[in-house]
This record gives sequence, C-alpha cells and structure tokens, in this order.
Amino acid sequence: MKPNDPDIRWVKEPPMGPTGKTYLSLFLGGFTTTLKHLVSKKKTIPFPDRHYECPDPLIYRGVHRLNRDDQGRVKCVACFLCSTACPAYCIDIVAAESPWPDREKYPESFTIDELRCIYCGMCEEACPVDAIELTSLFDLSGKSREEMIFDKEKLLAVYDMTKDAEPRRTAGRPPTPPRDTGGPS
Amino acid sequence: MLFFFETLIKIALLIAGLMTAAAYLVLVERWMAAWIQDRVGPNRVGVPLTKIRLFGLGQPAADGGKFFFKEEFTPGHVDRALYFLGPMIMLTAALAVFAVIPFGSVLPTRFGVEGLSEPIRLVVAPGMAAGLVYVFAVNGLAVYGALLSGWASNNKYSLLGGLRSAAQLVSYELPLGLGILGVVLVAGSLDLETIISHQAQSGAWNFMLQPLGFVIFFVAGFAESGRLPFDLAESEQELVGGYHTEYSGVKLLMIMVSEYLHMFTASFLIVILFFGGWHFWGLTGSSDVVTWPVALLRVVVLLGKVLLTILFFMVARWSWPRFRFDQLMGLAWKVMLPLGLLNLVVLAVWMEYGRAVAEATGLSYLAATAAVGWGTLAVAWLAVVWFAPSASDNRPQRSPVVQEVCR
Repeated sequence: MKPNDPDIRWVKEPPMGPTGKTYLSLFLGGFTTTLKHLVSKKKTIPFPDRHYECPDPLIYRGVHRLNRDDQGRVKCVACFLCSTACPAYCIDIVAAESPWPDREKYPESFTIDELRCIYCGMCEEACPVDAIELTSLFDLSGKSREEMIFDKEKLLAVYDMTKDAEPRRTAGRPPTPPRDTGGPS
Repeated sequence: MLFFFETLIKIALLIAGLMTAAAYLVLVERWMAAWIQDRVGPNRVGVPLTKIRLFGLGQPAADGGKFFFKEEFTPGHVDRALYFLGPMIMLTAALAVFAVIPFGSVLPTRFGVEGLSEPIRLVVAPGMAAGLVYVFAVNGLAVYGALLSGWASNNKYSLLGGLRSAAQLVSYELPLGLGILGVVLVAGSLDLETIISHQAQSGAWNFMLQPLGFVIFFVAGFAESGRLPFDLAESEQELVGGYHTEYSGVKLLMIMVSEYLHMFTASFLIVILFFGGWHFWGLTGSSDVVTWPVALLRVVVLLGKVLLTILFFMVARWSWPRFRFDQLMGLAWKVMLPLGLLNLVVLAVWMEYGRAVAEATGLSYLAATAAVGWGTLAVAWLAVVWFAPSASDNRPQRSPVVQEVCR
C-alpha cells in the first residue's frame, strides 16, 4: 500500500497546550506515574506460600476429573465423543459392556496424557453426560512422564479431591431455557 | 614508602567498596524495577544452604556466582586480541576514574603512624590539581572499550551498538564539559576536593547558583553513563545487546560492572560538583579540622547523596521512553551545546562584573548570583520551548514530499 493510497486514514493527535510544549508536563507525568506504582500494592502472589484463588473455578481450565454419579460409579458412558473432539489426541478410552442396567457401555480404562493435553476444554464441551470436567487445579507437576499419564482411578481421585470446592457444573445451574428460534409459533 | 602503603590501603578499600556497592545496587535496581512494575522482586535468596531468606539479600552472591560458572564462549569469528581487550579497557577506565573522586572528607588522625600526611584525605590521589581533566580523559577511554568490543565481535548488532555508543559518548562529552566549566570557573580549581570545600564555605551548593549548568550536566551525565532514556548503545529491542551481544561469562560481567561504575561516576560527579559533596548545612561544618563524628558524618552525607542520585537514575529508567537516535543527536548539538555556551558566557560575565553589580544594587553577592542563574535557566528554557516545542505525535505525517515520491 502506497502512502498516497486513498484508503489510508491519516490520524493526528490533538496538539499540546502551552504547558505541554514546555516539556515539563510529560517529564513530570512520567515521573509521577512511576512513583505511584513504586508505592502501590503489589500484584504478585508468592506462589508456594500462597496460592492463586480462582475467582470462578467453574470456568478455569486446569487438571481434568472424571465425575461420579449419585451411587459413586463413574459417570462416563464411553461414547468416545471427548477423544474424538480432542485436538491433541491425548484421551485414550477402552470401552467395555456395562455391568449396570442404566447404560450399555462403561470405560474399562480412561487415560489422559496431561503432558499432551492443551487444556482447551473441548472434551467437557463434547461430553453428553457431563462426566469429564476441567478443575481449577493448575500446579500440576510430576517427576516422570509416566506419572503424568492419568488413568481412571487418578481422574476419579481428582473428583473426590475437588468435589466439595467445585460442585459439578450442571448441579447448581438452572437448566438452559429453550432457545427462541424466532419462527412462527 | 608509607605514602605508598596508605594509597594501597585506600585503593583496596575503594575497589572493595565499589564492587560490593555495584553488586548490591544491582539488587536494589531489580527491586526498584519490580516495585515500579507492581511486582515484589527478588526476595528468596538468603543464606546459602539454609531456608533463611533475608529479603533476598543473598541475590548478589547468586548473580555473581552465576556469571562465574557460565560457559565463557568465544565465537569463532571474532578478532581475539581486541575482543579480550575491550572489556579490560572498559573496566580499567571505569575503576581508574575513582582515583581522584573523594569518597569522604578527611580523617582527624593519622593512627599514630609518623610520616603520614595529616590529616588523611579520603581520596586515592589527594590534591591532584588536574582532577577533572583526569576524570574526563579516563572516562573518554570507555569509548574505546565499547568501540573495540563492538568492532571485534564481528557482528552487525555489536558493530551498530559500538558505533552508536561512540557517537553518543563523543557528542555528550561537549555539553558535559560545558556544564563543568561553569563550576570550575566559580571554584577557580579543577580539584574536586577544592570544589567541595568552596561550596561548603559559601554554604550555597552550585545547583542553586547555576541551575542551567546543572540541568546540562545532569542530562549529559545520564547520556554518558548510557542509561535509559539514553541507552541506545545497547537497546535490547533493536540491537539484542549492543556492543556486548557476543560476550558471555566473566567478560560480560566486566562490561556490566563497568557500565554500573559509569553510573556511579556520574552520580559522584553530580553530587560533588552541584550538590555540595559532603557538605550539609548545620551538620558537617566546612573546615579541614574535624573530629571523628564529623568526619564519619561527612562520609555518610556524601554517600547518602550519591545513593539518592543513583535511586533517581533507577526511577528515571522506567519513567521516560528511549530517545530516537536523531533526537539524541539533536538534543546534544542543537540544544545542550548552545545552552552550555550561554551558561558559560553568562557566568564569565557575572564573575567579572557581578560584585560591582551586587554592590550597586545592595543585594548580597550569592543572592544576586542565584537570581542571575535562575533567570538564565528560565530564558534558556523558554528559548527551547519557542524554537523546539515538545511534540507528542512522532508518527509519520502526510506530506507533499511523500505524495511526490509515490507518484
């Protein structure tokens, strides 16, 4: 694009007043800004001593958990929607015939590679029974790669750990009203 | 012989003090940077191998240790002799300047050693008549360090950094010298101790009497020490690291320390030339005969003032954006140089006729000098505002030339 292109909009800042032209206002302005910040309250969280408190843990995307239903069974029905939606291919499910009458399948093994996961939250979007959810745990660390591959028991343990602090997303929320399609009624 | 040992002890004290101060002021600078950016800064490193944190006071040892244990990599494409010479020249020059800079006043005793000069002066080379000339000569050597490192590194960023550094330092030597000349004219000496005692005896610090000279020297001092907003020689955003891009390990440490020492030199000179050195009204007296408390108080006052100046350097770093190179050169040659000459001429005329004018008008000489000084500053400032008003909009403007070129 050439500088004489008619599409270019040439914007000018408003001219400075008489005090601005003396250099003093900009000089003092920069200085007062720094001094204000010098004495202001610091925003740093000293991490191991104090933890970050998530303002809304329900929308944070941290470590996954596998929810349990009312009888303490894993809620997952092994439909593979999450592993299909996963852009990082980090979810591995082995399905088996369900021992319970209320569903056909259940996950015999359910593995998430937490090192491969990009924490996009597509799996919880995809889940039809709200079985997989992302918690607000962020300080995930381990000493080996194997340790970071979370199996079903570990994911259920994450649920047991976080269920009181972070209730299931669907539990406390009113059901979404049917969308008004705007068509003839 | 005794004199020789006395000097050696002073040099040891000075170098140990300077290195410790540089290490700890790096920590202070990191704190200041952090606080200004609403962070808390380094506060974890304390006593090694324990859990004692001490507000991060162990950080300098960790920083220094890191520099020593880093791989000292010499790229294959450098000019080895000059590459090694650059940092050495820089550090030597930066340390050698302190030979004539007093770090206190005098000590009241000679510790019972016969043959020492009495009183002991707290400066490595006392009574050096050419003090300021020496400071300038040695400070000028720093340009060689930057230029040699930039050239020998055989890298475009280093070369640009070295060239920028050389151009900047050479340009700002002029206003720096003009700022100093006013002080020298008033004190009648190039010796830094004499300049301090002159201010102590009159009780009026030089920045009150010649504020224009002070402003010029202050800005030029900033530029000479290569700190923001004048750090074009190593502006990270443009030149990676400037002339020390290719350096690592201890050589990088030497360059960094000498840059810090330049800031110390500038601060010491600002305090000694314009803020009365060790003098403070009603506290330190002004004569050469002192008692122990007064002698210590003078050291504390001088170092306290220097510390305040250094803190100002650190705050200034985050307050104003960096100059563009043409703005930098314009400031030196079009603004500071004429103003420095104006300051010098006004002072020279006032030195010749000032007493007569003061007597004729019935004012005290110091008050009249101050009035003339502040008047000069106001006139000079208004002239700058008139001819080159500050502009906030530096973006490219639609101009007929551009239109012409594009057609």
